[in-house]
Amino acid sequence: MDAILFYVFAAIAVASALVVIAQRNPIYSAFALIVTLCSMSVIFALLGSPFIAVLQVIVYAGAIMVLFLFVLMLLNVKSEEDRPAPGTRTLRGVALALVTLLVLQAGTVLARWQPLPAADFDASTRRMAEVLFSPHFLYVFEATSILILAALVGAIALARKEP
Amino acid sequence: MSPSPAVQELILAVVWIAVVVGGLLGMFAVMTWVERRTLAFMQFRLGPNRTGPLGILQPIADGIKLFFKEEALPAAANKWAFIAAPGLAVATALLAVGVLPYGPPFRFPAWGWLPSFLRDRPAQIQIATIDVGLLYIFAITALGVYGVVIAGWAANNKYSLIGGLRSSAQLFSYELALGLSWVGVIMLAGSFQITDIVNDQGRRAGGWFLGWNAVWQFPAFLVYFLAATAEVARIPFDLPEGEAELVAGFHTEYSSMRFALIQMAEYINMITVAVLGTNLFLGGWHAGIPGLPSEGLLGFVWWGVKVFAVLFVFIWLRGTLPRVRYDQLMHFGWKVLLPVAAVWILVTAAAVAFFPGAFPVASR
Repeated sequence: MDAILFYVFAAIAVASALVVIAQRNPIYSAFALIVTLCSMSVIFALLGSPFIAVLQVIVYAGAIMVLFLFVLMLLNVKSEEDRPAPGTRTLRGVALALVTLLVLQAGTVLARWQPLPAADFDASTRRMAEVLFSPHFLYVFEATSILILAALVGAIALARKEP
Repeated sequence: MSPSPAVQELILAVVWIAVVVGGLLGMFAVMTWVERRTLAFMQFRLGPNRTGPLGILQPIADGIKLFFKEEALPAAANKWAFIAAPGLAVATALLAVGVLPYGPPFRFPAWGWLPSFLRDRPAQIQIATIDVGLLYIFAITALGVYGVVIAGWAANNKYSLIGGLRSSAQLFSYELALGLSWVGVIMLAGSFQITDIVNDQGRRAGGWFLGWNAVWQFPAFLVYFLAATAEVARIPFDLPEGEAELVAGFHTEYSSMRFALIQMAEYINMITVAVLGTNLFLGGWHAGIPGLPSEGLLGFVWWGVKVFAVLFVFIWLRGTLPRVRYDQLMHFGWKVLLPVAAVWILVTAAAVAFFPGAFPVASR
């Protein structure tokens, strides 16, 4: 049952991700990206982490994509008028994608996988919090927060008109 | 012969889906009538009182009228998005209701005609009990924006588009305050599950209503109520519609059943918010007076009265307040509600950390 659901939603995720780049109208691309993010959230839920699944929807499919759509609609972006003919840039992009794919594949093939004892696997919200706030990750976690805050302040400083 | 436990669970889930969705649709119809009558009385009018006793059949007449009206599709509209948007709005509204408990836990009566596995079985009207219940509702609320935004954009009409844009900015801004208002409640109960939060309130202050989160988490309660009013876009925060300046906002071009669907989504969201507020802050199905039972039928009565009271306050506000300006809306959301919610989280966290004995948590 889980396997069937996984393949269904993995297929939806890949197909809609293809729509994101193939679609000429940016608004449709944004819709397709929302579908991709939601199906990825289902995959997280199937992997046994409802917390990450819900966060995926709240942060990406919810907050970030709403902002994308807001800007696209506010600027009333029409579909791309002229699409450049495939040139060296397209080739470079495809090459980069292939290299990334190869590296990731090599990583998964070469890794020495070990089955995790079922008793150790706990992705509940409580466990996530304990790990995130353990001394091991706490400083990284807090540093990331400060980084995001700095980006936020920077964005406001840039967008603000000089008085 | 009784079916296997998995099949039993499935049968129960289907039954609860039918009960909850049917109940919500019934409530939607009744609420349109209650709202129009109440508003009319507040404005010294009578309201719809001709169809059936006291006009109670008016929603049915409205439904028949809307069903037989022509569905107009604007020539310049984006056809598929225009058709899909109302469905999306209702779908997200109905997804959110799946994890809410409706009323107290109870036991099925041992009536002979019930299937044997149901007789005397403990149960609760709740479609899915998941570990991250509240966060799930938050995620679905975040997705709920899209129905409105796509509806406004697809109509290809300036007023609709402005309504859709306003709504995306408004829902996005108030979602944060809404989410933060739950954090204190979650910390006190030590659980994301709504049933745990309700039971936690019932245990405090010796069972008196003073133990409810509306008292213990009073600032959070205020923030929740205001942010929820903005989230369901009701007066004084109904700027996405703003009929004085935007015709009817994002649903200007909608007619017939598609208009009814949008209306349905709005009412279901309002009922969801009222049910959630009752469960999180108003003690759910607890009577609030020691000695009065909160289980079984009486629990349903307390719970229903509270939900109706919250819904009535929404209507009352609509009959009383003018609409806020857009800059006031943004100012209030970001510079008042959000800081208040954030400071209150710090206060609650400090209280829970320094006086752990005062906040007995079963799951800790």
